[in-house]
Amino acid sequence: MIEIAGVSKEFAKGERRVVALESIDLQVAPREFAAILGPSGCGKSTLLNMVAGFDRPTGGSVRVAGEEILAPSPRRAVVFQEPALFPWLTVFDNVVFGPKTQGRPSAEYRAHAAQIIEQVGLRGFEANYPAELSGGMRQRVGIARVLIMRPEVLLMDEPFGSLDAQTRSLMQELLLEVWERHHQTVLFVTHDIEEALLLADRVCVMTARPGRIKKSIAVGIPRPRSIEVTTTPEFNAQRREVLALIREESQRAAMETASR
Amino acid sequence: MKQPFAAPWFLLLPAALMALWHFAVDLRWVTEGIIPSPAQVLRSWETWIFGSAKASLSPYSGTWLDNVTYSTRRVLQGFGLAALVAIPLGLVIGWNRLVARLVDPSIQLLRPVPITAWLPFAIAVFGIYDASALFLIGLGAFYPIVVNTTHGVRDTNLLLLRAARMMGAGPGTVLARVVFPSALPSIFTGLRLGVGVAWTAVIVAEMIAVKSGLGYVLWDAYYVGRMDICVATMFSVGLLGFISDRVIVWASRLLLRWRSLEAHT
Repeated sequence: MIEIAGVSKEFAKGERRVVALESIDLQVAPREFAAILGPSGCGKSTLLNMVAGFDRPTGGSVRVAGEEILAPSPRRAVVFQEPALFPWLTVFDNVVFGPKTQGRPSAEYRAHAAQIIEQVGLRGFEANYPAELSGGMRQRVGIARVLIMRPEVLLMDEPFGSLDAQTRSLMQELLLEVWERHHQTVLFVTHDIEEALLLADRVCVMTARPGRIKKSIAVGIPRPRSIEVTTTPEFNAQRREVLALIREESQRAAMETASR
Repeated sequence: MKQPFAAPWFLLLPAALMALWHFAVDLRWVTEGIIPSPAQVLRSWETWIFGSAKASLSPYSGTWLDNVTYSTRRVLQGFGLAALVAIPLGLVIGWNRLVARLVDPSIQLLRPVPITAWLPFAIAVFGIYDASALFLIGLGAFYPIVVNTTHGVRDTNLLLLRAARMMGAGPGTVLARVVFPSALPSIFTGLRLGVGVAWTAVIVAEMIAVKSGLGYVLWDAYYVGRMDICVATMFSVGLLGFISDRVIVWASRLLLRWRSLEAHT
């Protein structure tokens, strides 16, 4: 579904050229939930932006369903770290922004919106403005407005990163529930090991600058999952595995910095 | 928090200033006969507004409303014209780098030229007609509106633009449904500044470029030594400027309800 082949990204920073990503190869199968796990500044968001079509790679290619990505599309919906809602629109109008823009008949998307608003637990808040909602509720709107577009691919850029721990686990459960229902292809960027293991079928561990994919680990925890699986021994074993990888990586990064 | 009983503190300073003015005239701190007292101004203002044109010896008697109408109409026309040009232009300048490079330097170069400096040019081109006044008022109001609109557009959150594009919005939709509402608070700031400049410009224009309106009365009264009418005109302009500003603030509150919610969180 998503094919990232030999992708690199360089930025010009004044005189210097900074290599953000180097020869990234990554395939995400249809209906697969893949997580990219990496430290901040490793270029994981840059990678996601290229799949979304906000940014172009300087080398290699990004394809979705065989097509080279040149621009953003509702088929590849994005949930941002900041909810990025339109503050002048009500919850309902934020949710229906996509279908309205795409010219879907209002009778059809209105019913669909009501159903999705119910699904993400926002019923009764349709007429509220984003400023009147809590951080978690805003992100629910951010999820609802992409679900209504029935995207083939769901791109999530640390969507729960700015929420408090309790709200975060609630949102993770909500996402699991939603995904069990729709089974979209998901690319989920995070720096949180537990979050990656809880949600994904496969976790790709990224290295720090220049960003590369160090290892791709299949998550063997059976579905449907709930937040309780995080306490099982299997979960802990996988967590140790990923943790070792990351520790190795951060030690290497620290050594390199020291020897410079 | 609002107090249960809010004392009209805002009246304190004006009352003090009026008292100072009254005593300055009464105790002859200022040259006698040139500066009128508050009471005198009030009386003249009253005659100016309510006096009958025939029964009074004063040539100003009963002409206030006519002149206010002239000036207000010019401000509305000039300001409306400026907004009509400046808002779309500001949107395009803020949105399109090529247009910005093409147009913005010229605007920034012309902007420091004061409205008063344009007077001879306006009269030479448009003559002693309304067109001269409208040109000056429109030009004066144009700059703050275009600059603030441009600024508002450039301030649009990148994530909102991305979100809109990801949901299938083309450039037109992004401009109309994301950039414009996002720039609206800045546009209103521009409109408020613009209407203030419009009142300045109308007085200047009417002093020289046309033969009616409050500016004309002000200059005429000065020539014939009617300082009482001059001061009454100043109060009139101040009042009208204040009212037009309130109208814009009221309109912005109505349209930007979402923003007042943000301020409370």
